[in-house]
Amino acid sequence: MTGPAALRLAGWGFRHATRKAWAVRDVDLAVAPGERVLLTGASGSGKSTLLRAVAGLLEPEAGDPTGELAVDGAAPDRRRQRVGMVFQDPDSQLVMIRAGDDVAFGLENTGTPPALIWPAVDAAMDAVGFELGRDRATAALSGGQKQRLVLAGALAPRPGLLLLDEPTAQLDPDGAAQVRTAVLRAVADRSATLLVVDHDVEAWLPLVDRVVELLPGGGAVEHEPGWRPAAPRLPERRPHSPGEQLLAAEAAGYTHRGSSTPALLPTDVALHAGRTLAVTGPNGTGKSTLALLLAGLRAPTTGRVVAGPALTTGLRHPDRPPSRWRAGELVLRIGTVFQQPEHQFLTGRVRDELSLGALRAGAGGTAAPQRAEELMDRLGLAELAEANPFTLSGGQQRRLSVATALATAPRVLVLDEPTFGQDRETWAELVQLLADQQDGERALCLVTHDAAVVTALADDVLVLGLPVVA
Amino acid sequence: MAAQAVRTSDPAHGTSRWRTVDIIVTAVLGVAFGVLFWLWSLVYTAASPAFLGFPPSQAVMYGVWLLAAVVTPLIIRKPGAALFAELIGATVEALLGSHFGTLVILYGLLQGAGAELGFALFRYKRFGWLQAVLAAALAGLAAAVLDFVNYYPDWTAGWKTAYLVLVVGSTVLIAGLGGMALTRALRASGALSSFAAGRTRV
Amino acid sequence: MSSPLALGPARPVPLSAVNPVAQLTAIVATTVVLLVSGDLVTPAVLLAAELALLPAAGLVRPGDVLRRTWPLLVSALGVAWVNVAFGSLSGAEAWVSGATWALRVVALSLPGILLVASTDPVRLADALTLHWRVSTRFAYGALAALRLVPLLAAEWESIRLARRARGVDAGANPAAHARLLASISFALLVGAIRRGTRLATAMDARGFDSGIARTNARGSVLRPLDTWFTAGAVAVCVLAVGLSVLTGSWHPVLAG
Repeated sequence: MTGPAALRLAGWGFRHATRKAWAVRDVDLAVAPGERVLLTGASGSGKSTLLRAVAGLLEPEAGDPTGELAVDGAAPDRRRQRVGMVFQDPDSQLVMIRAGDDVAFGLENTGTPPALIWPAVDAAMDAVGFELGRDRATAALSGGQKQRLVLAGALAPRPGLLLLDEPTAQLDPDGAAQVRTAVLRAVADRSATLLVVDHDVEAWLPLVDRVVELLPGGGAVEHEPGWRPAAPRLPERRPHSPGEQLLAAEAAGYTHRGSSTPALLPTDVALHAGRTLAVTGPNGTGKSTLALLLAGLRAPTTGRVVAGPALTTGLRHPDRPPSRWRAGELVLRIGTVFQQPEHQFLTGRVRDELSLGALRAGAGGTAAPQRAEELMDRLGLAELAEANPFTLSGGQQRRLSVATALATAPRVLVLDEPTFGQDRETWAELVQLLADQQDGERALCLVTHDAAVVTALADDVLVLGLPVVA
Repeated sequence: MAAQAVRTSDPAHGTSRWRTVDIIVTAVLGVAFGVLFWLWSLVYTAASPAFLGFPPSQAVMYGVWLLAAVVTPLIIRKPGAALFAELIGATVEALLGSHFGTLVILYGLLQGAGAELGFALFRYKRFGWLQAVLAAALAGLAAAVLDFVNYYPDWTAGWKTAYLVLVVGSTVLIAGLGGMALTRALRASGALSSFAAGRTRV
Repeated sequence: MSSPLALGPARPVPLSAVNPVAQLTAIVATTVVLLVSGDLVTPAVLLAAELALLPAAGLVRPGDVLRRTWPLLVSALGVAWVNVAFGSLSGAEAWVSGATWALRVVALSLPGILLVASTDPVRLADALTLHWRVSTRFAYGALAALRLVPLLAAEWESIRLARRARGVDAGANPAAHARLLASISFALLVGAIRRGTRLATAMDARGFDSGIARTNARGSVLRPLDTWFTAGAVAVCVLAVGLSVLTGSWHPVLAG
C-alpha cells in the first residue's frame, strides 16, 4: 500500500492497566489522506496515549481499549509499516553510531533489499535538509540536527501516516524551528498524512490544516480555522529596586579540561537582592555553565565568583568562593533547580524530600515535618505527599524541585531552564510560583531560552555576549 | 516486504518471548553492572593488603560481581536474562581492561548459568526472596569452583573450603538479598512499569 | 572511562581489514590454549605475538597503549604479587609462578583490547549476525544500548552536581563517600532503565520487533586475509605449545 493513509477514531477510549481512571474517552476523529492535523490539550488528556495507539505500540497487556480505531480501514497493529513516528527525546531514538546507518535502520527492519536502502536513505536525508553526510557521528550532532535525523529515519520507509509526539519539546528555539521547517518540507507534497501533538500551538498553526483539542474529561473538540489559543495569564509583577549585591561573577569563564574552546567566555554579572536576572543567548554560549558557576557547583577556570557579605556571614571560611563551600553551607545560601528535576531527588517520598531540606536549614526534628507540610500546601503538592518523586509527572517534578530548593530558604535561587518541557498550564503555574518568590529579599537567576519567561519575570536580562539591559 | 507485521505479543508465543524492551533494558543493565564490576575489581585489588592475614577472607567482597545475574531476571522475568546480562556485563568489564581479561566472559557465562538454574528450578514463575537467594548461591558456587581451577590451585583444602563458604555467603547477602532490595527500590521508583508484576490499579 | 571503551567511528587501522569474526575465532583459539597451559613459555610466546600486533591496531604511542591497558597492568601485577606472597610455593619457584599468572592474565586480555581498538561496534554486530547467525534482535539491541553509555557518563556528573546543590557531598569520610556513590548510582540506574524503555519503544515504532527477517544495509565480507589471519593465530598457538614442550616446561592445568 502506498500514498497517504486515512485515520478514523469513533468513540475511542483507553484505560491503562495500572490506572483506574480512563486516559482517553469518547474520541471521534476522522483524518483524510494527506491532511495535517495538530492535536492539543492539557497534560493528562491522553494525547500521547492516542498517538501510541495509532502507531500500534500499545500492547494488549498495557490496558483496555474501547471503540473503534482504524488506519486505512484496519487495526493499527496490522498497519504498523504504514506509520512513522517521532518522539520527544532525540537521544532515546537514535540507534546507530553513524547518521546514515540510523536512517537505514527502519528499512533494514522491514526487509528492504540492501540495493534499495541507500538511495532511500539519501532521499530521506535530503527531504529533511540534513546535509552532514552518512558518516557523521550521531553523538556529535546538536539537538535540532539529531531530531531531523530521527525524522529522516521515520520518513525513509515512505510511511502513509507521520506521527509526531512533541518533537520540539526538548530543543532550543533554533533547533525547534529547524525541525518544523524539515517537517513542512517533508510533507509538502502531501504524500503522507500528518498528526502532530504539541503544546506550542502558535508555532504549528501555520503548518497544519486543522486543530483538534482533547478534553480532559473525555471527547475531542475541533477548533474553527483562525482559532488562536488564549494568551497565558502573566503574573502581576512589581519590580523591586536593587538591594545589596549578593553574588557576582567577575570575568568568570570556563573551559572544559582538554578542550581548546571555552564553554563560557569571561563574563561579568551581578545578582542583587530583590532583582531577577534572566540569562539568555543561543546554544553554545555557555548559559548553563554560567548558572553552575554562580551556583557554586563549578569553579571558574578564569576570573572568579564572589559572594557578598549577606551570603558569607556564618561561613567557616568566609574568604572562600562559593565553589569551595561545603555543600551543607551552600544549600542554605544558594538554591539551584536543575533542568532535569530527577537528578536532584534523594528519597523515596515527596514528604521526605521536603523534610530533608528543612532539616538541613536547621529546623529541629519536630519542626522539619511542619515546614515540609507548609511547603507542600503552598506549592500544591499536598496530595502527592506519599508518592515516590520519580513517579510524578513532569510539571509536578518541577514544582517539587523548586520546593526542595526553597525548603532551605536561600537568598539566591538559580534555575536552569525551568520551563523546559512544560505544557501551557504547568508553565503558567510555574511562572506564578516564581513570581511569588520575588519578595524583594531574594535574587533570582533564570537561565532560559523561553522568551515568554523573560518577559514575564525578568528585571534584568543578560544576553551572553552583550551587556546587561535593565 | 510482507503485507502484515506480526504482533509484538502474539499469545501463541507465550510470555517467554523476549520483547524489544526486555532486550534493551537487559543490555542497559548489563552495561551498568559491567562498569560496576570493573570498578569493583579495582577496589578488590586495592583492598587485598587488608586481607593479608587470611587471603581467602577477601571472598566477602565477591557478591558484587553476581549482581547482574540475580537482579536482571528479577526485573525482566524471562528465561536467559541472567545469561545475557552477565555476558554483556562481563564483556564490558573485559573491554574496560579488567585484570581477569577475556577469562571474565567465561566466568560470566558460568555464573549466569548458575543463576538461571536457580530460577529455572521454579519454572521461571516465581521471582521472590527465595529464588533470589538460591540463584545467588548457585552462581557463587560456580564462581568459586572456577577460581579454584584458575587462580588458587595451590591452596590447601582448608583454605578452599573457607573460600567457598565465604563466596557463597557473600553472594547470597550482596547479590541475593541486596539484589532483591535493589529491585524493589527500582520498582518503587516506577522505572519498571513496563515489566510484569505490580499491575495494580492506582 | 570512555577511553578504554571508546565508541564511535573507529579510524580504520590495518587490523580493521580483518573481519571481526576472524579476530574472534583467533581470540577463542588463544583463550583455549592459555586456559589450558600452566607454564611460562606458552603465554610468553602468545604475548609476544599480540604485542607485535599492537601497531596494526593503531596503538603505537606508549600513551595510547597505557590508556587502554592500565587497569589490566595494575591488576596483573596484583595477581602476581598475591600468588607470590600467599601461594604454597616459595623462593624462585614462587616468582616463576607469579610471573606465569601475570603473563597469562595479560595474554588473555590483550586480544580483546586489540579487537576493540580496531573494530567498529556496528561492523562487529554485522559480522556476528551475518556469519555466525547471532540473533539480530539481540545483537542490534545490545548495540543500541551500548550507544547510551557515553550519555550515562555525562549524566553521572550532572547527578553529582545536583546532589551538591541539595547539600549532599562527601568530605573525607569514606562511608559518606560510599553512600553518595550508591545514591548517584541508583539515580543513574533509574534514568538508564527509563531511557532504555523509551529507546525500545522508538525501535518498535521503526519495526524492530515485526518478526520480518532483517536485511543488512552494510553487509560483511570474508576475504582470504581473514583465513590467513585465523590460520596465523592457530599457527602461533601451535608454536607456543610446541616450544613449551620442547623446553620441557609444558604443564597443563586441568580444568575441573
